[in-house]
Amino acid sequence: MGRFILRRLGYAVLSLWIVVTFTFILMNAVPGGPFTTAKMTPQVKAMLLRKYNLDRPLWEQYVTLLKDLIRLDLGVSLYERGRSVNSIVSSCFPVSALLGAEALTTAVALGIALGIVAALYRGKGLDYVAITIAVIGASVPNFVVAAVLQCVVGGMWRILPIARWGGPATHVLPAIALGFATTAGLSRLMRSSMLEVINQDYVRTARAKGLTPTQITWRHMIRNAILPVVTVLGPTIAIIMTGTLVVERMFAIPGLGRYYVESIYNRDYTVIMGTTVFYVAFLLLMTFLVDVLYGLIDPRIRIAGRRGD
Amino acid sequence: MMDIKPQQFNPVMLGSAEGEAITRPPVGYWQDAWMRFRKNKLAMTGLIVLAVMTLFAVLGPLISAWDYRSYEFGHANEFPNARHWLGTDYLGRDMFTRLGQGTRISVYIAIMSALINLAIGVTYGGISGYFGGAVDDVMMRTVDILIGIPYLLIVIILLTVMEPGLTSIIVAMTITGWAGMARLVRGQILQLREMEYVLAARLVGASPRRIIARHLIPNTMGVILVSLTANIPGAIFTEAFLSFIGLGVRTPLASLGTLANEGYQTLLVYPHNLVIPGVFISFLIMAFNFVGDGLRDALDPRLRQ
Repeated sequence: MGRFILRRLGYAVLSLWIVVTFTFILMNAVPGGPFTTAKMTPQVKAMLLRKYNLDRPLWEQYVTLLKDLIRLDLGVSLYERGRSVNSIVSSCFPVSALLGAEALTTAVALGIALGIVAALYRGKGLDYVAITIAVIGASVPNFVVAAVLQCVVGGMWRILPIARWGGPATHVLPAIALGFATTAGLSRLMRSSMLEVINQDYVRTARAKGLTPTQITWRHMIRNAILPVVTVLGPTIAIIMTGTLVVERMFAIPGLGRYYVESIYNRDYTVIMGTTVFYVAFLLLMTFLVDVLYGLIDPRIRIAGRRGD
Repeated sequence: MMDIKPQQFNPVMLGSAEGEAITRPPVGYWQDAWMRFRKNKLAMTGLIVLAVMTLFAVLGPLISAWDYRSYEFGHANEFPNARHWLGTDYLGRDMFTRLGQGTRISVYIAIMSALINLAIGVTYGGISGYFGGAVDDVMMRTVDILIGIPYLLIVIILLTVMEPGLTSIIVAMTITGWAGMARLVRGQILQLREMEYVLAARLVGASPRRIIARHLIPNTMGVILVSLTANIPGAIFTEAFLSFIGLGVRTPLASLGTLANEGYQTLLVYPHNLVIPGVFISFLIMAFNFVGDGLRDALDPRLRQ
């Protein structure tokens, strides 16, 4: 298990380093540079470049960047003078994290429940409801879901606020828009996984032993069928996180996703780079945790890890 | 009940050679797959929807009286009517034409990036799987790391610094996008290269290049095709997402995502300008999903007995 964890951690650090190097190269490949404006005099430009250490040779800037990142310093904004990316992240990320966690937990719980029910009532009405939801969820992009919710629930019915971030009522629509695709995907995965388990020998054995259907479902079927859901949890978190980029902008939520998209509009390169590095690190950490969790749940993974392939 | 008498039956006289002859035409791999696919109602529905949408994308802008980029002032934000079949956008551009144009661009980007990913992935995976050993190790560790990098973030960061345009989007979507395909192909090749016919080919002196191209890759075509159709809806979604946050196709050109973004600005007053492109994207993705699932069921070797 120790070796397995170390290997995963090594991969994560390597991926992060590649992203950092890649973004550094891109940042320096941008024509013009951050201070190219019509009114800029050479003296002011030189001073600004010195202030941000941009007059140094590239390799020195690169080393400084790596050192800063090791000290968890993500740089400063060039657009909002004096504001550091760290302060942006620490003020905006909690909002995104809360919204993401709400969407994720609801979607996972709903998706699993829907999948189980669909598999148990295969071919009946509930199954068709679940399949329909799965098909729609796999096809409709999150921004369309969000827009339709805003238009119908917020605009026409006026039940919930169209946008803004505040009390619990304002969380409902964005959380649905974020989690809808995940609910659909997980219900489909859980359904097929349950259907596979239903035909297993150990389920027949359990039935032959005289266990009640409830016992069989909970102890033998769900426990085994839920494993594939754990494997897709990493990608699921990534989907929800990238979903926040558009959903937060549409619902005017002051989270990191909206800030990120705004910094793309403003071409605020240092914020784009800093936030990307943060996002990548966050996702790699999440994927790593999911991998470890999966290794803990499923002993077969640990054995494969020990063999080293 | 009908009365059946033995006199009604005539013995058919057949020699043993004729009796043994195979009279049914032989069914090849692809014919067999097509027969399975045809029986799949969802997949056929998807195929028909795709055909209709292709027809619309090709013919729509041609039969329309309007150009996708010309404005008609005084006719902005119209609901669907006889003059503009699907209404007009906030600048008075004809939505029917723009929708056809947008579908062309969305599908073009999706198919191009899927094909490029396929070409790179197949070559990379083929080489890695065939040679094995240290080559395979290095190549696959690289793929592992690339797959670990969050895809959409890399695409976003590339597009912020690249010149806007169709080529940039396709490049951004393929820069790490091929890694999944490479891993898939390599796994297939690893299984296939142990087959006797590969040994036979090597025995008669075929070069590695010939073995990979003539023997190994054709036999993985089924799996590759399934993965290709599974990747296209993802690519359509990614492109729509990028255009929606303003990083994709720029006006006056429009993809379906750009149209949705433009429609979103006037959502509460003129919802049709978002709903129509939104429904279009959704149907396109759904149809590709159905066709992909149908192909998987028709071609998946695990289901073939």
